[in-house]
Amino acid sequence: MSRLIPHPGLSALLVFVWMVMVNDLTFGTLFLGLVVGLTVPLFTDAYWPQRPRLNFLAGLAYIGIVLWDIVVANFEVAAIILFKPNHKLQPAWLVIPLELDTPEAITVFAGTISLTPGTVSADVSACGTYLLVHALHAPDPAAEIARTKARYETRLKEIFA
Amino acid sequence: MSGGVSLPEILVSALIVLGGSFALIGSWGLVRLPSLMERLHGPTKATTLGLGGMLVGSVAFFQLVKGEWTTHELLVSLFLFVTAPIAANMIAKVHLHQLRLGKQPGPAGQPAAPRDDSEWATYESPKAGTPGCFEDE
Repeated sequence: MSRLIPHPGLSALLVFVWMVMVNDLTFGTLFLGLVVGLTVPLFTDAYWPQRPRLNFLAGLAYIGIVLWDIVVANFEVAAIILFKPNHKLQPAWLVIPLELDTPEAITVFAGTISLTPGTVSADVSACGTYLLVHALHAPDPAAEIARTKARYETRLKEIFA
Repeated sequence: MSGGVSLPEILVSALIVLGGSFALIGSWGLVRLPSLMERLHGPTKATTLGLGGMLVGSVAFFQLVKGEWTTHELLVSLFLFVTAPIAANMIAKVHLHQLRLGKQPGPAGQPAAPRDDSEWATYESPKAGTPGCFEDE
């Protein structure tokens, strides 16, 4: 089972993306999607040896939270752009210590930070344990770091358990 | 509804106008914010909701007005969400190199080093034992 379907989650995602792409729910397209979804993970398995195990339910909840935060923060950034003069703006570099320890989890964390408006992840430290983030308006960098860690990192730790 | 304007059309128009406004605000941020790192926030961010609003409007149009489901918009937003942080990250990395080469930093100043014995990965190659390093254990 695990040799024939090495990445069940990736297979499901590939079938889903295939079906969304052809935009047509018939037996033929589903069959082709299944072929793609089953063969691609089989042939790429050797190139991704330390694949993470995911908690999919927690992942879905995480996507919902991030989408909501993107909407809220979009309005905040729009307000900053429209109404805050440059001399009142307090941009800052945030150095976030990482507790996540797999490249996949750190990538998702950095991507989340970049997608939520107001923060961009710029770099990871060479020792892999710090993330450099630029914040558009952070009067209190320590509080911003704590908020990001509490809101996203603790949830990611559950997903990539 | 009489008068030639139906409720779905109003909804679709509202979504497209919302998306367009956010795209416009993002572009305005690109013009008015003080330095490169701040400018990065405007277009990469306000466009997530800007494009999102237009895509939801497109789905709503095909569903409510034309009466058919489309799923391509979902895929567009998925690929956008996967690729947008990478592009922003690349620009930020180039900016970090430019700071080392003597470029004047923005209002946020120079980023501090993560630790005394370590540097940011843009300046230094990864060390043994970093996450994803296959040699250890």
